[in-house]
Amino acid sequence: MINLNVNQKVYQVDADPNMPLLWVIRDLIGLTGTKYGCGVAQCGACVVHLNGEAIRSCVTKVSRAAGQQITTIEGLSAQNDHPLQLAWNEENVPQCGYCHSGQIMSAAVLLREKANPTDQDIDDAMSGNICRCGTYLRIRKAIHLAADLQKKEGGAI
Amino acid sequence: MNHLKPLGNFRPSKSVIVMFVILFIIGIMAFAMNKTTPENIGTSVPVVIKKDSVASVKAFTAVYKVLMSPRCMNCHPSGDIPLQGDDSHLHTMFPKRGIEGKGVLAMKCANCHQTENTPGLHTPPGNPNWHLPPANMKMVFEGKTPRQLAKQLMNPKQNGHKDLKKLIEHADDGLVLAGWNMGEGRTLPPMSHAAFKKAWITWLTTGAYAPKK
Repeated sequence: MINLNVNQKVYQVDADPNMPLLWVIRDLIGLTGTKYGCGVAQCGACVVHLNGEAIRSCVTKVSRAAGQQITTIEGLSAQNDHPLQLAWNEENVPQCGYCHSGQIMSAAVLLREKANPTDQDIDDAMSGNICRCGTYLRIRKAIHLAADLQKKEGGAI
Repeated sequence: MNHLKPLGNFRPSKSVIVMFVILFIIGIMAFAMNKTTPENIGTSVPVVIKKDSVASVKAFTAVYKVLMSPRCMNCHPSGDIPLQGDDSHLHTMFPKRGIEGKGVLAMKCANCHQTENTPGLHTPPGNPNWHLPPANMKMVFEGKTPRQLAKQLMNPKQNGHKDLKKLIEHADDGLVLAGWNMGEGRTLPPMSHAAFKKAWITWLTTGAYAPKK
């Protein structure tokens, strides 16, 4: 059994230590907000936070996450009211929506490390998250809006 | 303040002058005798530096082939984006070097590169210490001629502050060794690690001569 702390809740999972964290999160724990895209860390759909970093859960063995703090899109905020989630709604960012859990999780790390990012910062931080619908300009706009919301809230993400 | 005397009053005694001359001569002799200099590199057997420019340049030819192979050069790019693949194209996703060479913001190397290779063809290779050289010392290999690279490698201000001992030890650095274990779909360096290490140490211990070009 492996102990995992996902969204501040402890789970005991019966998994092979080599199983990708994504499989554990989706199939064993049942949190399906995180998506499977490419399976080889190329697209970013599976991004979750491991101790605050935007890791690719499709190539991360569950053994790396044992005893660490994992946050998925479901745990980003209590009421789906994280500034990024509010901004995503406001700007109608998603088209098909498949990549956006990963997009938002990457953007959350960006805003934590750079509260007022430039377009270049956004490109640097988000270049690993691919969107087949091509919503990149709306993503960028929403991240700027989220940065403003965060400032108004006066709190860090 | 009349207890302070001007420097002009200082006159060294004869014995001080003689001592200075003796020390100066010893210093000159040490330089002249450096053709065979034992260097303690921290191993059980001290390394002997025996200068031989022909053997040194020949060894560096082999070293250069390895350092310029994709497995080494891809993480010593001329820009701030690592290279990828046997054709050394810019790393897809364009991750940036960052101050410490470990990426930036939501694009840190360890987000994808695990402590070991991910199974499967062309999946991310791994190492516990995956990184590029830091921003303040980029240690660029890409585009360097053999002469430029040899001189760079021997310059502590450009080689990560490495002296001879550290340079020799670096052949067994974990990330250097990882060049020979980069996962499926990646061509290995053009010789074994043992052959590379032998050439590397030969180059260093024969005077680390830089090729003419």
